[in-house]
Amino acid sequence: MKVKELLFKPILENNPIALQILGICSALAVTSSLKVTLVMCVALTVVTAFSNLFVSLVRNQIPGSIRIIVQMTIIASLVIVVDQILKAVAYDLSKQLSVFVGLIITNCIVMGRAEAFAMKNGPGASFLDGIGNGLGYSAMLIALGTIRELLGSGTLLGFEILPLATDGGWYVSNGLLLLPPSAFFLIGLIIWGLRTYQPSQVEEEEFKICPNTIKEA
Amino acid sequence: MEHYLSLFVRAIFIDNMALSFFLGMCTFIAISKKVEAAIGLGVAVIVVLAITVPVNNLLYTNFLADGAMAWISPELADVDLSFLGLITYIGVIAAMVQILEMLLDKYMPALYNALGVFLPLITVNCAIMGAVLFMVERDYNLAESTVFGVGSGVGWALAITALAGIREKMKYSDVPVGLRGLGITFITVGLMSLGFMSFGGIDL
Repeated sequence: MKVKELLFKPILENNPIALQILGICSALAVTSSLKVTLVMCVALTVVTAFSNLFVSLVRNQIPGSIRIIVQMTIIASLVIVVDQILKAVAYDLSKQLSVFVGLIITNCIVMGRAEAFAMKNGPGASFLDGIGNGLGYSAMLIALGTIRELLGSGTLLGFEILPLATDGGWYVSNGLLLLPPSAFFLIGLIIWGLRTYQPSQVEEEEFKICPNTIKEA
Repeated sequence: MEHYLSLFVRAIFIDNMALSFFLGMCTFIAISKKVEAAIGLGVAVIVVLAITVPVNNLLYTNFLADGAMAWISPELADVDLSFLGLITYIGVIAAMVQILEMLLDKYMPALYNALGVFLPLITVNCAIMGAVLFMVERDYNLAESTVFGVGSGVGWALAITALAGIREKMKYSDVPVGLRGLGITFITVGLMSLGFMSFGGIDL
């Protein structure tokens, strides 16, 4: 398979969040500020890439019945490494992320890609697939983080972009965007945009609505 | 007693696992098309949470926390194993789910068949792991963590049942083409989450 396809397909065409319904769990709560979002993206991309690599390396040795536990152990060890590094290098950020770094273990992207891709492909391709899916996740999260921080508090990465009315500027911040529910609305709208751009992702109708005609008597 | 009651209500409504922390979202969205399946999954989550949170609490306070192993021998008093936390918790969760699956298969085959594939899926449900991690972060004791586990399970079950009810009704509505399925579900969950935020003002 081509490197380019592995790396970039998950961003728009096969986005883990918008199409595969993977990894929504721990993602949304961390997007209210861009800085925290970026840390989360890097952490998840690293964990996905390396868990794919290691699972792929041992894939021929794992008996089928215990593969979930083996994958879990690999993922959990990687997350512990990331968690410890974060605590050592950026303690404040790791406090802000609170339980969400630990939750990468149960993030379905990592498990899903290990199970769906790394168990069937070689180490190189799996590593790239991990990075690609990490990028797809990051793209979605960075988009959310940018919109929420810019419109919610008028800043980006802590720098003031839109001067707030409360500090003598002109921008009246939209507090809703800092609240959790806004992430859902934004993701819904982003999915709408993506599917308008790529109609092949549209889901089948569950019910066909009858044409609204009045029968002549 | 009042303290536990308020913790319980808080876990169900104010700190709702699904709607204010977005935990267990993957299963929450994927398995909420039918009310029946949603209730089955909700019950399974309550049971698993009610067992794993207290068990992990015991493990944490007796083995993993800083200096927790002093009761074995004084030499172990300054051992800090808290970095092993994550791998221990997930191990306990996976083991508990497996045991529960075997017990149900043996003694309650009806319920086992009703839950079907959802039971093993619970291992990777972030609501379980999330509740365990919150329990550690907030330093709950054994009784508190039991109440918290049951409460957050009930909250999650309530949320998924409500969403499934809405989605069952919604399949008759005319949703814009690009928003069909996943998109409109997200927006519905957003509105539900907004509704649940109104509990936030209640002071317990």
